[in-house]
Amino acid sequence: MYNTGQSAVKKTGFQLLPPAETVFRGFLYGAAVCMILLLVGIFLTLLVYSFPSIREFGLRFLYGKTWDPVTEEFGTLPILIGTIITSFLSLAISIPFSLSLSIYLGEYSTKGTVASLLQGAIELLAGIPSIIYGFWGLFILVPIVRSIETALGVPPLGVGIFASSLVLSIMIIPYSASLGREVIRLVPDELKEAAYSLGATRFEVIRKIILPYVISGITAGNLLSLGRAIGETMAVTMVIGNANFIPTSIFAPANTMASVIANEFTEATGTLYVSSLIETGLLLFIVTMIINMVGKQIIKKMSVQV
Amino acid sequence: MESPVLKVESFCASFGEHNVLKNITLDVTQNKLTAMMGPSGCGKTTLVRCINRMHELIPNASVSGKMLLHNEDLYAMSPIIARRKIGMVFQRPNPFPTMTIYDNVIAGYKLNGVKKSREEFDKIVEESLRRAALWDEVKNVLYRKGTFLSGGQQQRLCIARALAMRPEILLLDEPTSALDPKSTSHIEELMIELKETVTIILVTHNIAQAARTSDFTAFIYLGELVEFGPTQKLFTVPKDKRTEEYLTGKFG
Amino acid sequence: METENLFFRIFKDRLFKLVVIVFSFASSLPLLFILFYIFKNGIAVINWQFLTQLPKPVGEVGGGISNAIVGTAILIILSSICSIPLGICTGIYLSEHRTGKLSYAVRLCVEILQGMPSIVIGIIAYMWIVMPLRTFSAFSGGIALAIMMLPIIVRSTEETLKLIPDSLKEASLALGVPYYKTILKVIVPAGLSGIVTAVIISIARVAGETAPLLFTAFGNPFMNVNISKPVNALPLLIFNYAASPYPEWHALAWGASLVLAVFVLTLNFFAKMMTKKWKVQF
Repeated sequence: MYNTGQSAVKKTGFQLLPPAETVFRGFLYGAAVCMILLLVGIFLTLLVYSFPSIREFGLRFLYGKTWDPVTEEFGTLPILIGTIITSFLSLAISIPFSLSLSIYLGEYSTKGTVASLLQGAIELLAGIPSIIYGFWGLFILVPIVRSIETALGVPPLGVGIFASSLVLSIMIIPYSASLGREVIRLVPDELKEAAYSLGATRFEVIRKIILPYVISGITAGNLLSLGRAIGETMAVTMVIGNANFIPTSIFAPANTMASVIANEFTEATGTLYVSSLIETGLLLFIVTMIINMVGKQIIKKMSVQV
Repeated sequence: MESPVLKVESFCASFGEHNVLKNITLDVTQNKLTAMMGPSGCGKTTLVRCINRMHELIPNASVSGKMLLHNEDLYAMSPIIARRKIGMVFQRPNPFPTMTIYDNVIAGYKLNGVKKSREEFDKIVEESLRRAALWDEVKNVLYRKGTFLSGGQQQRLCIARALAMRPEILLLDEPTSALDPKSTSHIEELMIELKETVTIILVTHNIAQAARTSDFTAFIYLGELVEFGPTQKLFTVPKDKRTEEYLTGKFG
Repeated sequence: METENLFFRIFKDRLFKLVVIVFSFASSLPLLFILFYIFKNGIAVINWQFLTQLPKPVGEVGGGISNAIVGTAILIILSSICSIPLGICTGIYLSEHRTGKLSYAVRLCVEILQGMPSIVIGIIAYMWIVMPLRTFSAFSGGIALAIMMLPIIVRSTEETLKLIPDSLKEASLALGVPYYKTILKVIVPAGLSGIVTAVIISIARVAGETAPLLFTAFGNPFMNVNISKPVNALPLLIFNYAASPYPEWHALAWGASLVLAVFVLTLNFFAKMMTKKWKVQF
């Protein structure tokens, strides 16, 4: 009698507690697995819907020079070139600014009103939605670019690669600057002090000690910025001019992978057209993924070292 | 002699390949303070963590042997029930940062969803804080966050939190190692007072602390129970050579 | 010779500092430019009417953006409902399982999701929801934004909870509190400010997103609160009106930009204040 009573108590004890526990753990596990399913699902969806285009064009999709919905001939070379020029040009424009900001906020002025004002300005810049950059670019920057173009004697379109690169560079400066500042702050004080004690000037310390120490981190930061520039859609779409020809100069209108999708996806008719745009999306996804992975790997290694 | 509160019988514990405890057998007596001492890494903390089954948080831990609380196998019940019967205080004071002092004391009830009336809770809080010798210092600030207290006060709050559950045994895992000397002596006095009403197991690497506070002492070395007996006896006429060497500072 | 050399070195030092400062401050100029134009052009059209009325047809002066404000609110609510519970649960899982193959894979996936171009997410939401249902909808837009919010919430939840000392968990478990109650009543409350901050930041992030909405929420000149129908959103309205040839619509777009910018920057500001003020002391 006593025995059965006790075992019953024990049993209910076991039955009452573990189910809630199991449900809870199952929930967490399920949520985590969802992330993997989500990514795999995204990848497979892109792959499956790109299939008509992959089968039709094969590798020609990458080096074909014509993107023409009328003849259903889709080669992304003009778009790839547009993407590469736009993103690298924006990176080139941004580097002097972002590097200066990194050095100023990471080394010269780590505290104080001026530094925090500048820091706040960068954070604000980073927080402004890209549509506003695009809108501002279209109405304020494009006329300026147009007058530059007039002065240079090139067709004064305003919109084009140059305008998009300018807008993009403004958008990526905060990103690489804050990453750069972080890695510069990781430089151990002992190293700097050792150099100062040998009579080095601040410039020499920055050039010979700090920059060599953080060069991989700075590179990674710029790589991640490049990834952003490549994937950025709205600001570019609004000011690049939407032209699917191989650009002849940096002032020419063009298209990037992201902007061609934004411009044409809703209007695309026919399986092959849609499929080509999705394959462009797949390509964009893979390129940005690789760039991001490499960049993040470098940064992880650096912070482990320090 | 009355029957022991806790019987440990040929108890072994290992983490993966590493054997941390080897065949430990000892009895813990009611309302006495039993000290576990030994050099760091000897397994004394693991032993007390096995008593309330906290070692189960480590993925590859495994144990064999028996732990009997009043002749009831601790390992046959749910760890949750076992832990409610055995209170624990840790090396670093760890009051819950989101709770007030009042809520910290009754956290065991609140978190387990045990409903009691306000008066009952008030009583438990006052009684537990009095037993932890903290009542006079905090009775006017019961509704402030526990993290505003000093380190020693926080540790006594943690003791009160454990006492509030009215445990059979109170495990103190190096409770003074993160505290200053003054707070340490406070806690030591408290332990001596407390052992009138609750069975205490104290882990310490401080020989003097074990000598000052305990009734029984176990010396553990490299996972083995080298010697166990009344404190006075163990400190004055140690039977084992290793105990003698440890007490005289030859190692550890 | 020695002194000349030293003079040159000091000169270089000064010059470098000057260059760095000039470039640093030059990079904050665009911010002033952008804010100046948005305020100048936006404030001119903003009034009570602007916030509460529907857009008027071309040629008529006035009109408002109430449909876009309501649409953005609907999209944010939908995406929050879809992403917050899932994101927090995943974050808890990752902070509880720091090693292990699944955690590694999940972290990798979340990282990739975080870097995914927003336009690609737009395509996905189109394929998954718009195509099967054969209509653009607020719902599909909400899902697209939810996919963008997820990685931010997961990462910040994980980082926040990782910082909570293990001793807290031990204290709770040692009181005989079951694991799930320990997580829900001790660990999560201790990290709540961090999690709420993450949610606010993620909302600020998606509130201005346009690309994922182009083929999902699509835009709608009328007021709509039905989640199975297309809705307008502030960024969509800016995009569509900016591309139009009508100055009246440009004016509306400036106003909408100001509303959007103020909303997003305020959220960011709140998030920052929360991390400062609400920090739980251990």
